[in-house]
Amino acid sequence: MYKYDNFDQAIVDARVEEFRDQVKRRLAGEMTEDQFKPLRLMNGLYLQLHAYMLRVAVPYGTLDSRQMHVLAHIARKYDRGYGHFTTRQNIQYNWIKLEECPDLLAELAAVEMHAIQTSGNCIRNISSDQYAGAAADEIADPRPWAELLRQWSTFHPEFSYLPRKFKIAVIASPEDRAAMRLHDIGIELVKQDGVLGGRVFVGGGMGRTPMIAPEINPFVRAEDLLSYVEACLRVYNRYGRRDNIYKARIKILVHEIGADEYRRQVAEEFAHVKTLGIDPPLAEFDRISAFFAPPAFDAADVEPDRSDPDFAVWLDQNVKPHKQTGYAIVNISLKPIGGIPGDASADQIDVMAELAKQYSFDELRVTHAQNIVLPYVAKRDLYAVWAALRQAELADANLDLISDIIACPGLDYCSLANARSIPVAQKIATRFADMDRQRDLGELKLKISGCINACGHHHAGHIGILGVDRKGVENYQLTFGGSGAEDVSIGKIIGPGFDEDGVVDAVEKATEVYKSLREGDERFIDTYRRVGLDPFKEAIYG
Amino acid sequence: MKILTGNDLGSGAVTWWTGEGWSIHVEDAADVGEHGEAILQAEEGARRVNAPYIIDAVATPEGPRPAHIKDRVRALGPTVRPDLTLKPADPAAGEWVI
Repeated sequence: MYKYDNFDQAIVDARVEEFRDQVKRRLAGEMTEDQFKPLRLMNGLYLQLHAYMLRVAVPYGTLDSRQMHVLAHIARKYDRGYGHFTTRQNIQYNWIKLEECPDLLAELAAVEMHAIQTSGNCIRNISSDQYAGAAADEIADPRPWAELLRQWSTFHPEFSYLPRKFKIAVIASPEDRAAMRLHDIGIELVKQDGVLGGRVFVGGGMGRTPMIAPEINPFVRAEDLLSYVEACLRVYNRYGRRDNIYKARIKILVHEIGADEYRRQVAEEFAHVKTLGIDPPLAEFDRISAFFAPPAFDAADVEPDRSDPDFAVWLDQNVKPHKQTGYAIVNISLKPIGGIPGDASADQIDVMAELAKQYSFDELRVTHAQNIVLPYVAKRDLYAVWAALRQAELADANLDLISDIIACPGLDYCSLANARSIPVAQKIATRFADMDRQRDLGELKLKISGCINACGHHHAGHIGILGVDRKGVENYQLTFGGSGAEDVSIGKIIGPGFDEDGVVDAVEKATEVYKSLREGDERFIDTYRRVGLDPFKEAIYG
Repeated sequence: MKILTGNDLGSGAVTWWTGEGWSIHVEDAADVGEHGEAILQAEEGARRVNAPYIIDAVATPEGPRPAHIKDRVRALGPTVRPDLTLKPADPAAGEWVI
């Protein structure tokens, strides 16, 4: 994985000291909160419901064991013993003290991490496929491109005050594991006649106005990608709606002027940008790519012993094929039945770090579904990894099942939320705790947001749940038919909302309808798309 | 009744105006009547509180209870982590929150 050069380290260290001085001035009364707030947000520090919350960037979800151990250390020293992995492949701490934050950031900087650009109207953490470099179906490794975009977007002077926040995803497989088309810019690396390039989609997003990004260019040559993205941003920066926060995202601009006109303007700008020479020389791209060279694979192809039934279930559910013979991709579920989606204790974070060091060439990934991946595990080691995970209560075999729920922090932590998300997730997971029942239902992506900002990706849930405030009382709307995968779609509200227990009952009724109507290998969403909403509505509302 | 809440500047902890200072316990909150705006301006200016605001509350025998669910959650702590609330040893402590 990428290692900082002196320049990377110098700018991160300098930012820590700059923020240290700003905090000192704020505590001394030399700055008001109005003056200080934008500065702390630029360093990922929010004021949430109970305390300050720090969002730490994990570039394209990739980190090593040393960094993971420091995340555990921070949870113990500066927080309350745990962290929350997010849908942006980052980690958040919920109980940070302002006065301790500069020291915390200095400890992060010592392991090449920071919280820069995890908030504010700038280009946020670049996200990618959690299986990058390991997926059997990828046509190239997306990480060098994600890293190039990270370097380009970090402190980009022109894009530090965009009309609104900006999220970019890069994938390189036909299977979309990163909700790519629900980003402001989504790039899918493809090959055309053997030449590498990118399909570029612009103007997707969730939030209060969910939109699927239209394809703006079917093929941009790899050596032009950075200039093309720069052109996409420039058009947005020039014409994005700064007058109305609800219309300020690029999806609104693309929608309002139309994809064709946006495409035309980008093409015009691109022709200009190409004269500026911002694309990196090949040698620089090769330097970055070298950090992502495959590790020294040497394991023989041995099939694991499946005689332990619990291990066999975990193998079938959480372990995915690797592009390298003899290896597998291990998904660690952070969704224990009745637990808090995405939360991990400091001890669990340490365990995952140690497993990465011992069994996965020192590398881990954070997924947008709030789980962790060990990308390079030899098949011969799978039982040992599983046994260690089970010891740490991290061996739930529920990947992509109904209890593998994405949930935002909701009203338990978030100052924007209108309703709690976590208790609903806990109740649904508990209702479907039986593994045979979950596995019988198959892939069913359930996602919960505690407000319209949709951090819990409810629009992209096969079943989505949106918490709203109805005269001071929590109420939950159900949506069906969303998907963040390559069959991307936005879920539709099915009818009047429910209270907390009512929405759990409604989800259960929906699964019963699915079971009675499914044909062959249909997933929940396939059946829903085939039969439509009526039979579900009939069962739920009577 | 009207009460004042905000966060401690340095620690970020949720605090409540008691009439004389700031407490982390909502039970200590004082009814500020029509004086809330003046108090919060003075207190924020002196950095004894960060981002304060006035809320409606209901007087109960146990003390003031915020009218809105969001402030009730703030008053106790996350409902999903009773061990991290202000009263971790009392399982019934959060019954009034939801």
